[in-house]
Amino acid sequence: MNFKTITAAIAVVGAGFTLAACTMDGKSSGGYAENPYGDDVWSGYETATPETRAMQDDDFENPGMPMYDAAEVIYNTADGEAGVSCADCHGAVDDAAGGRKGIPMKGVAATYPAFDVEDKKPINIELRINKCRTKYQKAKPFKYESDAMLGMTGLIAKQSRGMPRMTTADNPSDALNPFWKKGEEFYYQRRGQLDMSCKHCHEDNALNYVRAEILSQGQSNGFPTYRLKWQKPGSLHRRFRGCNKNIRAQPYGYGSDEYLALETYLAWRGRGLPIEGPSVRK
Amino acid sequence: MAKKPRVKLPKKAKVGDVIQVKTLASHNMETGNRKDKKGNKIPRLILNKFVCSFKGAEVFSANMHPSVSAHPYISFFLTAKESGSYEFTWTDDNGKTMSVSKDIAVS
Repeated sequence: MNFKTITAAIAVVGAGFTLAACTMDGKSSGGYAENPYGDDVWSGYETATPETRAMQDDDFENPGMPMYDAAEVIYNTADGEAGVSCADCHGAVDDAAGGRKGIPMKGVAATYPAFDVEDKKPINIELRINKCRTKYQKAKPFKYESDAMLGMTGLIAKQSRGMPRMTTADNPSDALNPFWKKGEEFYYQRRGQLDMSCKHCHEDNALNYVRAEILSQGQSNGFPTYRLKWQKPGSLHRRFRGCNKNIRAQPYGYGSDEYLALETYLAWRGRGLPIEGPSVRK
Repeated sequence: MAKKPRVKLPKKAKVGDVIQVKTLASHNMETGNRKDKKGNKIPRLILNKFVCSFKGAEVFSANMHPSVSAHPYISFFLTAKESGSYEFTWTDDNGKTMSVSKDIAVS
């Protein structure tokens, strides 16, 4: 019992220290809440080995690229009862003018998750694609972790390559703010048989080893990522589920509200990090 | 055998130049050791041979085994002697082949 109170006291003092460090340099958050990392936000790219980084940097060698190229064909193919393709409304996938509707794919990955006015909750790229499919194309939605969906999200992420995440969800007047708060609660909540929260690995122990892995900050700017362990691209929610399973917690579903809130929060934690186009990770 | 393999090699070269050829196939390379949700072994299906030939003659080949991971990336060097087209062929355990050919102009 003594231990708990001591660690709790240290945690409070430690948090106080980090908060103080943040306020000294306002440009770290630029928003309303202080980023726990302060200025020191970095992507998992930094902890990847040079070989993995070389794979990511070369569009030819990136093992996920064939899937994203195949998705470009899907993008340009008419589908559903309405008989329209993505390109019919949005123009070519790399069209900065955004085609007929003036909604380009460039910048999408950097500004999502967005607030869906209809459903009144966050919407990420996967769910947005399915919304377009069911509402406008009158086509069947893609399964969340299907090759088609992964390819499309990777293709869309590629269009925002290098663009920094600039979410304002921490602003109390932002519509996403309540979900940002939920995501923050999730991040710091202990769960599972191992009774750990996200922060125990990704905040307290980033750059330390867990078995043979160097822990990153758990940022989301590289997703969808080709994970060498999975031997295929995977979505952020797949990673959330994996992390939850690792600490022996019951994972939530793909596209679930809990993970959407967490995704909203994580986009804020990685504020300023560039979208890596589809990344390659171990 | 879903998507066409990608091949990268320089479009132009001088006689005697050493060129780097890069290839990336799209194939899950099932080793035969993985089990599905019911506990049954997923049967082995891998690409087991890769051949690069120039004007009918084989210039590079590789035998692949279950240890090669999914989406095999094979890169090798050739000496450019004359213009022509390189043929790249991948064969899987069932004998099915995928082929890509790329031209090079050698001056």
